[in-house]
Amino acid sequence: MRPANAMSPTARRAILSDRLEQLVRMIEIRTVEERIQKLYVDGEVRGSTHLCSGQEAVCVGLARATRVDDVVACTYRGHGHALALGLTPLQLIGEICGRTVGCAGGLGGSMHLVEPDVGLLPTAAIVGAGLPLACGAAIAARVKRTDGVAIAVFGDGAANIGAFHESLNFAAIRALPVVFLCENNLYGEYSRINLTTPVEEISVRAAGYAMPGVVVDGQDVDAVGAAVTTAVERARAGQGPTLLETMTYRYSGHSRSDPATYRRLGELDEWLKRDPIVLFAQKLTDEGVLAKGDLDRLRDEVKDSVEQAVGEVLAAPQPARIEILSHVTANQPGPQA
Amino acid sequence: MPKLRMRQAVLQALDDALAEDERVIVLGEDVAVAGGPFKCTDGLLAKYGADRIIDTPISEMGFLGAAVGAAVCGLRPVVEIMFVEFAGVALDQLTTQAATMRYLSRGRLAAPLVVRASAGAGQGFGCQHSQMLDHWFRGTPGLKLCVASGGRTAYGLLRSAIDDPDPVVVLEPRLLYGVLEEVDIDRGYRIPLGSAETVKKGRDVTLLTVGAGVRIAVEAAAAANADVEVIDLLSLAPWDKAAVAESVGRTGRLVTLEEATAGGGWGGEVVATIAAAAFGALVAPPHRITLPDAPVPYNGDLEARYLPSAAYVAEQVDALVKRGRAPRPWWREVA
Repeated sequence: MRPANAMSPTARRAILSDRLEQLVRMIEIRTVEERIQKLYVDGEVRGSTHLCSGQEAVCVGLARATRVDDVVACTYRGHGHALALGLTPLQLIGEICGRTVGCAGGLGGSMHLVEPDVGLLPTAAIVGAGLPLACGAAIAARVKRTDGVAIAVFGDGAANIGAFHESLNFAAIRALPVVFLCENNLYGEYSRINLTTPVEEISVRAAGYAMPGVVVDGQDVDAVGAAVTTAVERARAGQGPTLLETMTYRYSGHSRSDPATYRRLGELDEWLKRDPIVLFAQKLTDEGVLAKGDLDRLRDEVKDSVEQAVGEVLAAPQPARIEILSHVTANQPGPQA
Repeated sequence: MPKLRMRQAVLQALDDALAEDERVIVLGEDVAVAGGPFKCTDGLLAKYGADRIIDTPISEMGFLGAAVGAAVCGLRPVVEIMFVEFAGVALDQLTTQAATMRYLSRGRLAAPLVVRASAGAGQGFGCQHSQMLDHWFRGTPGLKLCVASGGRTAYGLLRSAIDDPDPVVVLEPRLLYGVLEEVDIDRGYRIPLGSAETVKKGRDVTLLTVGAGVRIAVEAAAAANADVEVIDLLSLAPWDKAAVAESVGRTGRLVTLEEATAGGGWGGEVVATIAAAAFGALVAPPHRITLPDAPVPYNGDLEARYLPSAAYVAEQVDALVKRGRAPRPWWREVA
């Protein structure tokens, strides 16, 4: 078993400099998403969840190329990013099951994951909401004279909401240290991009804001990592924002109630051939980092640590009812404060 | 005492806060180079520089959201919304993002921003630039709301709002920006959020109002036969239940004067609460003086009729006190 749940989020972030740990994290994200699906069937998860299986390389590519004092404003499809940035499986599954061990004490749920220690703002359940927040985080970095960078993570669907335009325009005009990271997974909720968007690549819109527009293979963690590094360095150096588009795919439907029957037959199979975990494992094998049998062993170890987290979550207490009233405003701090 | 216009008091509050606290920044349309459409930020750019006094594009969702992000990351942003209606395109950032930041992070993060917005009717701006819209901001847990009624209260409320660890909306009645008032502002002056002020003592009836209504209420109190107690509620969320209940406990009668439509006004909540809290003391049904459920008319005569005048308020209050039942609103008479 890997000590995923016993580590602090910052320590989990730090080990991502290791390439093998990057692979392990991608496996962990996939394993957790699949486990959450089962927990839902078992009646342990309420409401909805938005899984990111297939997009793991984007999550880990971003996390490995940023610092814990950079700020990430992410979406409700955020399990993978939260884990990559450092949240433990225990904190994540705990939140999704609404238990005290969750990152928001069970008050937030699947769509609202948070860990200030690694720069993760509460993930937003409103499409596009994170883009303006990232601009503000960048303003704060400038006023406080730090070299912090803000990253807005959003899907292709968010490129059609007003916040996208307003934020890119604002960031460009003030040369704010922001990276706009688009996860283009071809679908906005239940609709394929061609039905909602006149361009297949969101990054072409960067020209309208006089900022670089970059497209990378979102299934290749090294490609994502390198592109994020370039964009982040540019932002840190005071040269302004970048629109970075990662071409990726979500294996599941939009949310739990969506079986994704609108997809072209065979489309999923084509993407599965370029599975980000398989691709990266092959690369590490070629590099000699991963030996024969290592991958199966890693998968088993991750599975064990995720099962350990699930066990702890299901044994954890439900939050006390008084928590309903706590942390609404500063003078209602609640029993945890 | 020196005389100040309300806009100068707002500017003074911003200037003092910027000077005292490096975390304070000001964002909005035309607030920097132009000094603000209502001159509430005049001269701040030269004093504090372009990193802290930020001209934004016409994009309320973008810059209000940026203020939320900056607040979460340790700044104390003050956003100017030129006309409160413009907040409509940015409400998500305020009511859904900022207001839940503390809750979702279990107190580890917060969004202590201030949104200042000019609001209210009386100047012929037409129905899309004349509303108070306080009901857009009430009823959202985590969000506070107050209304200035002149230079002194604008200063005291704005300074408290900037100090506050949670998001606060300060409505500034546009009609009052140019009004001169004797104000002796001390840098330490604050009006606690959630506290009402008794403007005039009286024995027969409690007349409760905010913003531009305060001047009308005072004038109405002078004209009425009844001995009217006038209270400036100042904050609408949270509001000062104790002060209102205490006053109504003495007078036995409650009248609200609201620059709000009958169906959406804050008086509904106040009356329901006080009717329960002071039920035994009431000698007449609580009465609300509001706007009709109709948009703000442009025409000068119609706008004057649409807004409650001091004479109308005095008449309504006297009718309630004399007959012990609620008088009909003017639009029921003309209909």
